[in-house]
Amino acid sequence: MQPLLIKAILVVIIFVITLLVALYATFAERKVSAIMQDRIGPNRAGPFGLLQPLADGVKMFMKEELIPSLSNKWLFIIGPCIALLTSFMTGVVIPWGGSITIGETTFDLQITDLNIGILYLFGVVSMGVYGIMIGGWASNNKFSLIGAIRASSQMISYEIAMGLAIIALVMTTGTLSLKDIVMQQDAGFANIVYQPVGFLIFLICAFAETNRAPFDMPECETELIGGYHTEYSSLKLGFYLFAEYINMFVSSAVIACFYFGGYNFPFQTELQNWLGFSNNVLSILQVLAMFGKVLFFIFFFMWVRWTIPRFRYDQLMTLGWKILLPLALINIFITGIVMYFSGSIN
Amino acid sequence: MLTNRSKQVVKKEMTWVEKAYLPAIFQGLIITFKHIFKKKATIRYPEQKRPIAPVYRGQHVLKRDESGAERCTACGLCAVACPAEAITMVAAERTKDEVSLYREEKYASVYEINMLRCIFCGLCEEACPKEAIFLTDRIVPSTFERHEFIFGKDILVEPVNERLDVTKRQTPEVLEFKKDKKHKHNLTFLDKVIVKKSRH
Ligand code: SF4
Ligand code: SF4
Repeated sequence: MQPLLIKAILVVIIFVITLLVALYATFAERKVSAIMQDRIGPNRAGPFGLLQPLADGVKMFMKEELIPSLSNKWLFIIGPCIALLTSFMTGVVIPWGGSITIGETTFDLQITDLNIGILYLFGVVSMGVYGIMIGGWASNNKFSLIGAIRASSQMISYEIAMGLAIIALVMTTGTLSLKDIVMQQDAGFANIVYQPVGFLIFLICAFAETNRAPFDMPECETELIGGYHTEYSSLKLGFYLFAEYINMFVSSAVIACFYFGGYNFPFQTELQNWLGFSNNVLSILQVLAMFGKVLFFIFFFMWVRWTIPRFRYDQLMTLGWKILLPLALINIFITGIVMYFSGSIN
Repeated sequence: MLTNRSKQVVKKEMTWVEKAYLPAIFQGLIITFKHIFKKKATIRYPEQKRPIAPVYRGQHVLKRDESGAERCTACGLCAVACPAEAITMVAAERTKDEVSLYREEKYASVYEINMLRCIFCGLCEEACPKEAIFLTDRIVPSTFERHEFIFGKDILVEPVNERLDVTKRQTPEVLEFKKDKKHKHNLTFLDKVIVKKSRH
């Protein structure tokens, strides 16, 4: 098979999986919130309510499409498209598993292994704020605008701390490619052991970047009536909500790759030697391990959302600038000192 | 104070651990996680139902007497008693060949209760001199249209062969009172025939 064809198939598969996970994440969110509040949750559509996402989707389609007459029409349409597009684009550099051999050809379970994967990831993620910013601006509504402004200032503030947390990680791993970072963790300890503070900072910033509670400041149902998507209806609103869930999925994957060994699972080589299965079987197991980690973090995102109330805006800024940023800098400093004295740099 | 759970509010400086915020978050996460295994407060309603009291005040029934004739005589006392003004009726006079259908000479040709107005207080039941109207332990089903909540005689009157048991609602005093044939409205159809025959 041609490499291009294989890549195309891989792209389609990952696209579909991303869609499916995001679709069922909406359902899972409702279920998780239900069981944490001692309720049963949606269980009417299909067995155990499993067709609920479908019903929600149909509902979104059927809603009336409203474009405010005083809005900037083109920007109003482009906003949700950018939000969805960028959230899809982030999934490109994530390694989902080892490599699979079919016949003569071997291919990686990763769409593309950019040597500057982390940089690409950051670039695309910060583009995501344009979707929110443009949407909020084009709505010509003060609530939307406040939501959009909050979103952009929040993202800028937390991106700095996030970037600095990653720099400490890059110092220890010495590479910007996600594949290499994951491969370095295939034996021994995962990166969380070496970078616990970095992980904490990254996790908190991931919550802020995906606009999830307790940092869902741009949406703020209770004070901004939905924030940047106040004026949106029908499928365009669906795009925004969907983008949030895809972001959550990708963030979970990134956290798993950076700090929890990505697709590696404990004792994999020992297990392979002992049971003697082929590389293909190992890769499939690795994909499952990866998805296990990702699903856990998606659950964690929801778990936190239904536990912690929203921050106040000044608290959010204090946390970002006065706590996380210095903490990230100290982390880099200490990482450097430890590396110097342990002799990994000279 | 009554529950002994009140706590004095203290405004003290937060300790270092409290300021770090993360232990508090962790505690919170554990609390929510525990709730996953708690007993659910809600039920799967149409399949599962909560037990309701035998004297529950739900959808009304218009009773028939032992021989199957409607007891209501369209006196309008229930409508007067109703605080929500939910009951309307149209009275009509019984013809000769309808004797087996209606217990009294005057009957309700139209009898409607607006279930959206009704507050299920049970005053209609208390007002009725004929023991014609009772509230039952059935829940009024929900629908999408307002006019579907106006229940006419077709829904309210109990079917001849599916009688509803309302004895649970009748206190011993009421039952005792019913046995007293001195009051004319306590006579059953059969009793009346006997009375009539004995008059001749
Ligand atoms: S139960 Fe109360 S409110 Fe309802 S019809 Fe009877 S008297 Fe009126
Ligand atoms: S239900 Fe009872 S109170 Fe109401 S009109 Fe009929 S007989 Fe009179």
